[in-house]
Parts: sequence; C-alpha cells; structure tokens
Amino acid sequence: MATYKDFPLMGYRRENGRVGIRNHVLIMSVDDISNAAVEGVARLIRGTMALTHPYGRLQFGDDLNLTFDTLIGTGRNPNVAAVIVIGIEPNWTDYIVKGIAETGKPVAGFSIERYGDLKTIEMASRKAKEFVQYATELPRVPVQWEEIWVSTKCGESDTTSGLASNPTVGRVFERLEKNGNTLIFGETTEVTGAEDKIIEQCATPEIAAQFKAAFDNYQELVESQGVSLLGTQPTEGNIRGGLSTIDEKALGNVEKMGRCTIVGFLKPAEAPKGPGLHFMDSSSAAAEMVTLCCAAGAVLHLFTTGQGNIIGNPIEPVIKLSANPLTVETMSEHIDVDISGLLRFEYNLDGAADRTLEMMAHTINGRLTNAETLRHDEFVITKLYRSA
Amino acid sequence: MKKGILLHEASDDVGVAAMNIKAGEEVEAVTLEGNPVTPIKVVEDIPLGHKVAMRALENGKHIQEYGRAIGYAIQAIRLGAHVHVHNIKSLRWAASSSKIFEK
Repeated sequence: MATYKDFPLMGYRRENGRVGIRNHVLIMSVDDISNAAVEGVARLIRGTMALTHPYGRLQFGDDLNLTFDTLIGTGRNPNVAAVIVIGIEPNWTDYIVKGIAETGKPVAGFSIERYGDLKTIEMASRKAKEFVQYATELPRVPVQWEEIWVSTKCGESDTTSGLASNPTVGRVFERLEKNGNTLIFGETTEVTGAEDKIIEQCATPEIAAQFKAAFDNYQELVESQGVSLLGTQPTEGNIRGGLSTIDEKALGNVEKMGRCTIVGFLKPAEAPKGPGLHFMDSSSAAAEMVTLCCAAGAVLHLFTTGQGNIIGNPIEPVIKLSANPLTVETMSEHIDVDISGLLRFEYNLDGAADRTLEMMAHTINGRLTNAETLRHDEFVITKLYRSA
Repeated sequence: MKKGILLHEASDDVGVAAMNIKAGEEVEAVTLEGNPVTPIKVVEDIPLGHKVAMRALENGKHIQEYGRAIGYAIQAIRLGAHVHVHNIKSLRWAASSSKIFEK
C-alpha cells in the first residue's frame, strides 16, 4: 500500500544540519524605529523579505527576553537562508546577530545611530544583495520526513473542528511521532477542561508538573483580571454550533495531539531538544502562537479551522484544514486541505490524514500554501506586560 | 438506511450529527475510524454538529464523548434525543472556580 513516505522530499539543508522548506533572506528589525530602514532595504533588493514589528524599545525582564528569543529564533529557523539585522543601537543589534550566527548561516547587523537611515540602507543593501545571490545558488537536496519539524494550532473552531479536522491532525501527528518527527502544540489558554488529558499523556511527572505550573499560572492571570473563563466558554457561537460545555470544547481542541506522548515542555519560543511531541506554553491568538512555533524552529504548520481563520506566517508555511462544508465552499482560497468528505462518510480518519500528508509533501517540496500566495505574513510578537 | 452520525469512540454516550437530521429518521452511526455502531432512531431534529444520545441517559449521569466525561445530565435523556445545554452541564460549573484550579 502506498504511504506518505512514498513522496520524495526536497529541502534546504542548513549549516547546522537542520532542514528548511523555504529559502528566505530576511531583513529584520530589532525595534519599531528601524522598520523604515528595513523596508527601504527590502524594497531595493529583490529576493529579500522585510520582517518588521512594533516592539523592541524599553522592554525589560521576561518580556524583553521573549522578544529577543522570538527574533533570534525566527532568524535561526531553517526556512531562512541568511539574515540582515537592523536596529537603532549596536548592543541589542549585536545580541540578535550573535544568537542567529550560532547556526552558522550568514548574518550581518547594522545600527542606525551615527549613520542615519540612508547610509544604513545603502550598507545593508549591499550586504543583502550578496546574501540573496548566496541563497539563490543553494540547491534543494533530498531530505527525510523526520527532519521536518511540524507545529499545529486551531482557530475559529466549531463542532467540525473537534469532530474532524483536529482528529485528522492527531492522526497525522501519531504517524509522524512513530516516524521520529519533532512536533509542537500548545495554546495554554484554550485547553481548560482537557488539562487532565494532557497531563495523562505526559511522558514523565516532571513534564506534567511543568505543564500544570504554566496552566495554573495562566488561570491565576485570568482570575487576577476579575474574569471567569467558565462563564465565557463555550462562546455563544460555539453553542449555536453544537458545543455544550467548556470540557467538550477543550477535548475537541486537544484531539490535535492524537495519542502521542508529550516528551517535552517548552517555554514560549523555546526550541525542542529532540524528537516527539512537545507542549509549548503559548497564547491561543493564532498569529502569536504560529510566530512562537516558528521561533522554536518548526518549518511547517498545520492549522485547523471551522468557521475560517485566515492566518499565515512569513517564514513558516501554514497549511489550513477545514471540514466545514460551508467554509470550504465560501472561503476556498484559504483552505488547502478540504476534509469535509469525512462528514459525508466518503473516507475515514486515515483517509483524511493521507490527504493532509500529501499536501504536506507538496508544500515541503515548494508548493506555496494558500496563505503564502495571499501574502498572509502575520508576524506577531507575544507581549507579556507593558514596557517601561 | 443512510449514515448520519459520527462517534469519536464506539463507547461514547453521544454521537455528532454529520448532517441535519429530522425527528423520526433512522440513521446509521460510524466511528471516525469508519466502524459501524448500532443504528438509532432520532426523536428530535438534530442540526449538523449537534449531539444525539446513543442510549437512554439517566439524570445525573456523566456523559461520555471522546471517551471522557464532557458533563453530566441534568434531566433524563431519551435514546435519540438532542443533547445540548438544556439537558447537560459541565462538571466544572458545579464546583467553585478555585476548586477547579486546584484539581
């Protein structure tokens, strides 16, 4: 019988051995006020991508560290061939450059103080041109399935998510786990009602304790704001769609992990240290979550949606799955894998997983996802608290 | 008889309507793996994505879906009836929030 492993994969093998499925040359801002120079370089030099954001000034403590980890992790992602880093002053710029340079990939930093935007743009553009010519000479080479790090998240969920698209990702993850892939899921905020199931699937009591601490920490934050999650979940839309309790909604969400064993707990943007399924402490806001997965090193994302979330990421291609017949029909330009046939009894869960893995193979080999073609380049840094 | 209900686990108390099902219709139920479960007669209209009782459920019973309790019955529920917010509640609603977070 044919299996997904029959699809030969071609990817980019980076200096540190990791495998990427895209070959971006990034022009990255360290801070908000360097966005103009970054965009200047990206407009001048064909083949580059501007990565801008609104933060990076007067942050402190864990919040600053998470911004740094997100920027460094994104630069380190194997879907990136080379990086130009631009910041207002040299210290923080150098810090980001050093973090990315550990991978061995080409990276150069420029700071605007003492030069101004125009001189910086000229210097950075010369380097960017060099990097693009380096990157465009890199060939795709044969790679193995287990070298592809995959992440997942769901958004705009409805009953078709828990019924069909999330279990489909779960089945894909079960196969990839057996195959030795590195896998990431999370959404600390959305698993309320299914936390016991996550704890049961943790490989060790230590991992379970780490998860529980992050979960409790979030619950305390919600309570400290005077909000009761139990009073707001499931939402009115969820109830209209057929969901009755918070427990049911959460159990549908965690179907994405299938029967995999959770072998590691990750802080936001932290890279897994080995194969298997990892839980990452993360927001449930789609763009924030995928940005964190990308910074942790995942190169391909499976995003399930019921009502039709349209998110993408500039670095990590996002494959969208839906089993809602109306969404698949009215928002077809966003849905890469239509598994509404599962609800028409045309195939079972294994059939839906086969369809997903086939689309993953095409995407790994270079086919742009719907989100990529539609320029859904949402790069959103998770902010933990306000700046100084 | 047409297929109309999907179950996560064959042992679940509730199945999910994969289409709009009318009261009085007899439909087949299958698991996500494609294995058939005993067909049932639906006694109320069940919209797509809503749950139907796969057996008679007594008041207070913990309702199983995904092989786990998603809540408990707050009244007796007939075989083939619509299972939703009017006849089941989260087990967590019963407890105070602080107790839930200790769990």
